[in-house]
Amino acid sequence: MSFPWAKHYEPKVPLMRWLDEKLPLPRLVYNAIGAGYPVPRNLNYFWNFGVLAGMALVIQIVTGVVLAMHYAANGGVAFGSVESIMRDVNAGWFLRYAHANGASMFLAVVYIHIGRGLYYGSYKAPREMVWLLGVVIFLLMMATAFMGYVLPWGQMSFWGAQVITGFFSAIPVVGDTVRIWLLGGFAPDNAALNRFFSLHYLLPFVIAGVIILHIWALHIPGSSNPTGVEVKSEQDTVPFHPYYTAKDGVGVGVFLLVFACLMFFAPNLLGHPDNYIEANPLSTPAHIVPEWYFLPFYAILKSFTADFFLPAKLWGVLAMFGSILLLFFLPWLDSSPVRSANFRPKLRIFLGILLLDVLLLGYVGGAEANARNVILGQIATAYYFAHFLIILPWVARSERPRPMPNSIMEAVLNKQEGTSITHSAATA
Amino acid sequence: MVRALSTLVGAVFVFVLGIALWGTVSTAITEPAPPTAEHEFHLSPREAGLSSAGLFGKFDLRQVQRGFQVYQEVCSACHSLKYVSFRDLKEIGYNDGQIKTIATEWKIEQPSVNPETGEATTRKNLPSDRFPSPFANDVAARAANNNALPPDLSLMTKARHDGQDYVYSLLTGYRPQPAALLKHFPDAKTPAGLHYNPYFPNLNLAMPPPLTTEGQVQYQDGTKASVDQMSKDVSAFLTWTAEPKLEARHQAGFASVIFLVIFVFLAWGAYKNVWRDQAH
Repeated sequence: MSFPWAKHYEPKVPLMRWLDEKLPLPRLVYNAIGAGYPVPRNLNYFWNFGVLAGMALVIQIVTGVVLAMHYAANGGVAFGSVESIMRDVNAGWFLRYAHANGASMFLAVVYIHIGRGLYYGSYKAPREMVWLLGVVIFLLMMATAFMGYVLPWGQMSFWGAQVITGFFSAIPVVGDTVRIWLLGGFAPDNAALNRFFSLHYLLPFVIAGVIILHIWALHIPGSSNPTGVEVKSEQDTVPFHPYYTAKDGVGVGVFLLVFACLMFFAPNLLGHPDNYIEANPLSTPAHIVPEWYFLPFYAILKSFTADFFLPAKLWGVLAMFGSILLLFFLPWLDSSPVRSANFRPKLRIFLGILLLDVLLLGYVGGAEANARNVILGQIATAYYFAHFLIILPWVARSERPRPMPNSIMEAVLNKQEGTSITHSAATA
Repeated sequence: MVRALSTLVGAVFVFVLGIALWGTVSTAITEPAPPTAEHEFHLSPREAGLSSAGLFGKFDLRQVQRGFQVYQEVCSACHSLKYVSFRDLKEIGYNDGQIKTIATEWKIEQPSVNPETGEATTRKNLPSDRFPSPFANDVAARAANNNALPPDLSLMTKARHDGQDYVYSLLTGYRPQPAALLKHFPDAKTPAGLHYNPYFPNLNLAMPPPLTTEGQVQYQDGTKASVDQMSKDVSAFLTWTAEPKLEARHQAGFASVIFLVIFVFLAWGAYKNVWRDQAH
């Protein structure tokens, strides 16, 4: 693990020496996020988002554990218990708004983290396992976020649960039975609410476990970098601490600043007003929409409106799950040896289109289902699948990459020379 | 192999979407969705311009108290306020004695149990009680209101888009149905027992206009009680009931933002300092 020039942990204080002999925990930390982990010197701010995601998880667990002390997972009182957290629990409003908006911040940070991986080819050999574990974390996060949204037992909680568990009824033959078994009833009710609460409390710790595997797998080849060129010598790297702890400090500050603006000044901006109405199985809301972070997938689900061998609903569910599961195959779909899209002119254009495409899917997912929006959604969904399953494998073979630097240090020096040349040209 | 398979799977999805797209487009051309009265005549809420709106928002306590008076004298006849307690009124400027008086003199009593016989009865409200509901249950509420259920108002301004503007607009928005609507959508004539209001999603509302005449409420602070004023005041009161911690939240927000701006500045300085000798 790690590079031969990585610094070795040498305990200086007798207590630490004693601890290191009995349980080398300080050594583990030193090698993972201390000076013992050499990191490419050219990482940009997109490499902050892994740390930010980890911090968002910690915020969710801390606020969530305290909220669970005041929340009651019972259909009769759940909504009221959330209101009593907001009104009567000391700083309860702070905890709840931090947790609800923290989920949005967590997903936002993770989407940027995934986007970073797509652009800089972080999913490619030798980091396939890092990517696969990342997709597992993403799936667990989606399940956790969905179940968390059900807990306040408002109208969108209830009807969201109704729609999402309805996916299972699309399975041929056994679908309805599976759905009833999962819900513990014919519709979301006390049984469902209780098991969602239990799983919502459990899954974050499973996520934490998979994150440990994710980081473990990352530390074997070491971090990737914006050029995509592998580390070749000691001068390509700097120790994680103090260099990247200092840089992550800036990222953490900006993250918390955005988070504070959201949760203190617009805490309900990303929520739906209907979730301040208590769940009512007899009254269906005019528009059932999930939280913003699920909207692109919801748009994919809604885009399949035609029966073709299989019912439209089953196509939608297959496509929605498929849109995430295809990420597992990404390392093998993209066979180009060049990692960074900085050196892949064609892929860069298609990734730009993909970004706009996903934003369009997000818009369509939340918008009224009129003819125009359905058409936009169907075109955008087709591009999403075409991008990953057809265009990406084709681009990998047909494109001619731009010349790459020989090493990370060379790229860094070229960049500095470039800026100093333009600077001297400007002054001359 | 992986690539051939993926191209096949991708082609299948794109093909099925193509069929679906064909269906959507041909339906849109052959049977375009007819315009609806809701779509054509529904209005977005007008701004109430309350002091609690915006980043620096604070409650105007005199206005919130006037709004409470409107709730007490008008709205509470049908609408409950079940997540708010009498003791909470302290936050909008009433003292303990006033709260006790308001609670004991409240027209509707708390459901209770006779300590001697165990029979159901009612007792006077205490400051620690929640506001009692005007109806014993939903069935009684519907029976008394032409089968419409008056919603609880505690969270109303958070349970609608642009809630405080919505409440204000709805209360001032009652009017006769426009002639153009009846001309183009004869089927959309407001049914008997409902009331036309363009701020309500389906345009026809079961609630009769609650605030109709100037001076319907005699304000204790002497403010002229026009329908517009009463509507704004009750919207201010319901903003408070839905988000009682709004001012604490804004204060904490400012403290946090100032702290974090300083933190980011220092962290950035530390970053520059640590990296000063390293090309990157």
